[in-house]
Amino acid sequence: MPTLTFIEHNGTAHQVKGDIGQSVMQAATFASVPGIPADCGGACSCATCHTYVDDAWLSKVQAAESMENDMLEYAFERRDNSRLSCQLIISEEMDGMVLHLPASQF
Amino acid sequence: MTLASVVIVGAGQAGFQVATSLRQEGYEGRITLIGDEPGLPYQRPPLSKAYLLGKIQDTNLLFRPADFYTAQRIDLLHDQVTAIDRQNRRVVLASGDAINYDHLVLATGAHNRPLPVPGAELPQVFGIKTKADADALAPLAKAARNVVVIGAGFIGLEFAAVAAALGANVHVLELAERPMARAVSREMSELFRQAHEQWGVHFDFREGLSRIDGDNGKVCAVQTADGRALPADLVVFGIGVIPNAQLATEAGLAIENGIKVDANLLTSDPRISALGDVANFPCLQNDEKHTRLESVQNAVDQARAVAARLMGKPAPYGALPWFWTDQGDLKLQIAGLSNGYDSTVVLGSAADKQLSVLCFRNDRLVAVESCNRMGDHMAARKILSRAPRLTAAEASAEGFDLKAWEAANRD
Ligand SMILES: Cc1cc2nc3c(=O)[nH]c(=O)nc-3n(C[C@H](O)[C@H](O)[C@H](O)COP(=O)(O)OP(=O)(O)OC[C@H]3O[C@@H](n4cnc5c(N)ncnc54)[C@H](O)[C@@H]3O)c2cc1C
Ligand code: FES
Repeated sequence: MPTLTFIEHNGTAHQVKGDIGQSVMQAATFASVPGIPADCGGACSCATCHTYVDDAWLSKVQAAESMENDMLEYAFERRDNSRLSCQLIISEEMDGMVLHLPASQF
Repeated sequence: MTLASVVIVGAGQAGFQVATSLRQEGYEGRITLIGDEPGLPYQRPPLSKAYLLGKIQDTNLLFRPADFYTAQRIDLLHDQVTAIDRQNRRVVLASGDAINYDHLVLATGAHNRPLPVPGAELPQVFGIKTKADADALAPLAKAARNVVVIGAGFIGLEFAAVAAALGANVHVLELAERPMARAVSREMSELFRQAHEQWGVHFDFREGLSRIDGDNGKVCAVQTADGRALPADLVVFGIGVIPNAQLATEAGLAIENGIKVDANLLTSDPRISALGDVANFPCLQNDEKHTRLESVQNAVDQARAVAARLMGKPAPYGALPWFWTDQGDLKLQIAGLSNGYDSTVVLGSAADKQLSVLCFRNDRLVAVESCNRMGDHMAARKILSRAPRLTAAEASAEGFDLKAWEAANRD
């Protein structure tokens, strides 16, 4: 079970265990990490599961598909390392991965 | 006003969100979430899409794992509420228990309108509403050779796309003259009709059915209204829903196409709120006419509004409606309500399956339907959430780009 670390905008860190094949969004919401409303439940339709993948881990995640990129354009404070966490599927290589949360999802 | 006990009837999308949002807002009192379905609260959208295709597992449907409810002190009861006793402020459960409330939230959703023809009771005839429906349907969908879908609405078409992908011959009967006729523009209907036909789906528009024939208790054919027999081993219908308003009716609450609520989502009893699929509310985007919407957005945003009000932060509900449906490789997203638009401007190209239809009423943008143009959808949500609105003349300009207009017109 890979472990992921979510760091809230205020610096609070949450270590979360995720299942391989589960989305990063679901691992976070299942562990009650605050600040990820994920309104559409993972359908890539709401952009309220926005996270920043820590630069050191960017190479471990597949690139965003165009649909996700389009949605991200409208996420709050998009950066180069922005990802919709419902589109990131947990794999073995992500063990230890760090993700940062934006100040807001709306 | 401090409330010692909030009781929520219905543990679906809206009921779950009210409970969760109340705790997020800092509510300390008792929360009882009562649902009559087995298992933990789950989301419905994948039931007619990814879940049926086996792309996601049942744990992926859950909103939260079991320990969440304990940790958040949400008493999740698997029971059915059989009556509301308004005088004594309590609900009566099928198990015989009664639970007192200071505030009651009705989030009872809706049930599928039944198919009103002989043969509808055969075991291979399905509506899709619950996980139980999807679990029973999934193996039949995988094995089916001839599938007849009744109704070319969102759920019927989502299922048609799934059945075609699973290799069945799919025949859709629809009374209207085009798919999703009540919900989307002609241009968008046409794109979806063509896409489904490319996937092998056959449509019969302006056509109903008279009965479903069985052989040894198994579906074997669907008789169309005009007298043809379509071979079938599986029938799935999606012909609309009926709000679960019986409890509210029996309790004497105001009823009109569901439970009638005011702009604060309060019923005719100020100690009772209603929201989600069951609630008929004055909709800001529909000239404040009473409107009942069936969508995740509506359930979630109304739940947040109810939780905020219960925590002393009342505000009339006015969130922008938005919706999505996934069919094959097409994602249709709708922002706003297109009721009564009088002109459209089309962006993109149907041939590329990338299309946005901008709907205007009195030259004001009221809704945007997008197929595989998520950027347009998100831009539309921003534009529709504020004034001034885009005009049809601006949108008709050569090379018009919705996202660029949105960026240029931010405050
Ligand atoms: C197959 C399917 C696909 C969908 N796809 C999409 C989509 O792609 N996009 C989108 O935006 N929306 C979609 N929707 C719509 C969305 O799921 C609903 O709008 C949403 O679930 C409504 O939430 P709700 O809480 O009002 O009702 P529900 O989620 O239906 O929950 C109501 C619950 O209350 C329970 N209940 C009723 N009466 C009682 C009682 N007396 N006692 C105890 N419990 C009771 C019911 O059993 C049910 O569990 C879909 C719906 C379905 C069925
Ligand atoms: S949960 Fe909605 S886009 Fe990720």
